[in-house]
Amino acid sequence: MQIALTRRGWTAALLCGLAIASICGPADAYMAYVSNERDNTISVVDLAQMETVKTVPVGQRPRGITLTKDGKDILVCASDDDTIQIVDTTSLQIVGTLPSGPDPETFALHVSGNPLYVSNEDDNMVTIIDVPTRKVIAEVPTGVEPEGMAVSPDGAIIVNTSETTNMAHFIDYQSRKMVASVLVGARPRIAMFKHDGSEVWVSSELGGTVSVVDPVKHVVIHTISFDVQGLRADAIQPVGIQFTADDAMAFVALGPANRVAVIDAKTYTVRKYLLVGQRVWQMAFTPDQKYLLTTNGLSNDISLIDVADLKVVKSIQVGRLPWGVAVSPK
Amino acid sequence: MISCGNSIFADGGGPQPLNGGTEFCILSLMERPTPRPYSRFGRRILITATAGAMLAGTGYSVRADAAVLRIGYIRAAEQSQTISLLDKPTRDDGLAGALLAIDDNNTTGRFTGQQFELVDSPLRAEDDPVLALTALSQQNISLALTDIPADGLLRLAAAGGAKGITLFNVKAPDDALRQQDCRANVIHVAPSRAMLADALAQYLVWKKWSRWVLVYGSHPNDLLLADAYRRSAKRFGARIVKEQQFKDSSGARQTDSGLVETQQQMPVFTQGLPDYDVLVTADESEVFADYLPFRTWDARPVAGSAGLRPVSWDPSSESWGGTQLQDRFERKAHRLMTPLDTQAWTAVRMIGEAASRSTSIDPARIMQTMRSADFGIAAYKGKKLSLRDWDWQLRQPILLADGRTVVSVSPQPGFLHQFTELDTLGFDRPETQCKLP
Repeated sequence: MQIALTRRGWTAALLCGLAIASICGPADAYMAYVSNERDNTISVVDLAQMETVKTVPVGQRPRGITLTKDGKDILVCASDDDTIQIVDTTSLQIVGTLPSGPDPETFALHVSGNPLYVSNEDDNMVTIIDVPTRKVIAEVPTGVEPEGMAVSPDGAIIVNTSETTNMAHFIDYQSRKMVASVLVGARPRIAMFKHDGSEVWVSSELGGTVSVVDPVKHVVIHTISFDVQGLRADAIQPVGIQFTADDAMAFVALGPANRVAVIDAKTYTVRKYLLVGQRVWQMAFTPDQKYLLTTNGLSNDISLIDVADLKVVKSIQVGRLPWGVAVSPK
Repeated sequence: MISCGNSIFADGGGPQPLNGGTEFCILSLMERPTPRPYSRFGRRILITATAGAMLAGTGYSVRADAAVLRIGYIRAAEQSQTISLLDKPTRDDGLAGALLAIDDNNTTGRFTGQQFELVDSPLRAEDDPVLALTALSQQNISLALTDIPADGLLRLAAAGGAKGITLFNVKAPDDALRQQDCRANVIHVAPSRAMLADALAQYLVWKKWSRWVLVYGSHPNDLLLADAYRRSAKRFGARIVKEQQFKDSSGARQTDSGLVETQQQMPVFTQGLPDYDVLVTADESEVFADYLPFRTWDARPVAGSAGLRPVSWDPSSESWGGTQLQDRFERKAHRLMTPLDTQAWTAVRMIGEAASRSTSIDPARIMQTMRSADFGIAAYKGKKLSLRDWDWQLRQPILLADGRTVVSVSPQPGFLHQFTELDTLGFDRPETQCKLP
């Protein structure tokens, strides 16, 4: 695993070197950062202690959250402040901002660590930002209410979904031009590439489905539906998507169904539904893939799913209306 | 951008006077984002739809060869008075919502090669709506919104049937239009009185406020709304312990001495009622209901036409992406979004969505797609809205708003339905009296 360790990370590594084994399991070294849309804060969750250890005040309506490639900084969309804030993971202070354009909802970093692709929900634009110089490189006009952003593993293609246009738009990395638009189910939220780049999955919140899109031919090759016993179809609203590193399994957060679907990513069959907190939204793996973390907007907590056992092992209280989550080593 | 002779519109452009004394304005074309210095837009757009249709494009903006679908809007230009100054009708109520949806459709249309225009046809009270429809038909328009009352709408439906025109009723709440007077070429985007009353009744019953006093006005619409509440009470197990009519003596407005008058009048009007939980008001004509909260003899909440209202939309609704719609609307119209704006927005978006799904702007194919079982539209209400094929009513959640926030959204939990809980609101398939050919 190629992760540059932060200073605290080194400390943890050193401590582990000193064989204080009980606090040094691989998953124990991680910190999760959760954006709380209604509290204007980030909850810092220590996954060794399994609790929120710090709450960092940020801008208004924080939603999309990610870490820079070097793990030093948290990037968070402060949607109502029309900016992206840079939070230093060591000091947990805001150290700068990025010119995101109006109402940034979420974003994706290029696989090389730069640039950053931002969806401007109010503006029908994707803004491309050069992170080191903190400057806008380009804007790409897109559909109504751009939402999900994804970068292909080879970095060649950027996908943006538009919630009201109901499409997944494919943008070429080099030319920064839109090369294709694919009609998907109603209110597409999240796009996610498989690690091998062979497919991009798009969740449709109101369509209640996940569209599997061929990123070369630009066609929907399969549509995954969900059926939870005792729940009406309209309570199933897919949002977050995550693939295991080997692409064998996919997890799809089902919003107000309060469940995460576990899907065989080869056959597209749903294996299991895991009951988590209320209105499950976004998800992130710990870097060792031991746990999958889910943000639960209405129960104000995150759930930890043990990936090997496919069991929910813990709920951790965070702020109000948790939206996104990013995990880094300490 | 709006090109219209009417002085309320800031942008210039000439009106197109047509026969029947009706003015027409072409309201069209999305407002494109202002080009920015660092923008480099795509020059070639490849469109791929699930159907496999592919259209080559040559620019990011609406192309010269883009197919244009024109949608009419026959709308009542004169609106009645309201009790609260906050509800003062605006001259573009409904129209502003339709125009926003035209923008939204055209943003999507950039990727599908489809372009949409709205042709506004404002009517004064003395204008004949059928003449307006004929004029639209002469412009080859066969999809038209209308917000005129039921009697006019039925005349339009008859005239439109012969011309192959489909109407989108965005205002008239009459249950008769969904029941015995239903028409195959009328799509009801506005919720019916029965749906609104059911939505409120479910909440009141959930709240265990099941003993109602029903106060209704003296205008025909108020009597129909009172009927809807009687039906809802029976349906969901509430009990109307007393009914009382408030006669419109025209002069209750607060402007002069009204303030003193209502403070005296309303407690007396509600004095001596049997024990009750909630005062349900049926006052579509805005004569008295808004004067009841805080003035009832007994300390009781008011609902219906005042207090807790069942509505298709409220400008305070922020759930399910509502904030984005409110922001987009406010930026364009410089005011808050009303239920009528939302209903008109939804109608135009339904047309746009059906066009995008059917990869066609042929009205017949659009309507075929819209009437198919799997068609749905996202409208910031947490659920996909779809059409009931027994009366062409749009199924939709109903918000219960107090004028400050959304208190609840119906259907309420526990009101079950074998197909969709949205069908617990209004006339369900087994109850319908609608006979479509």
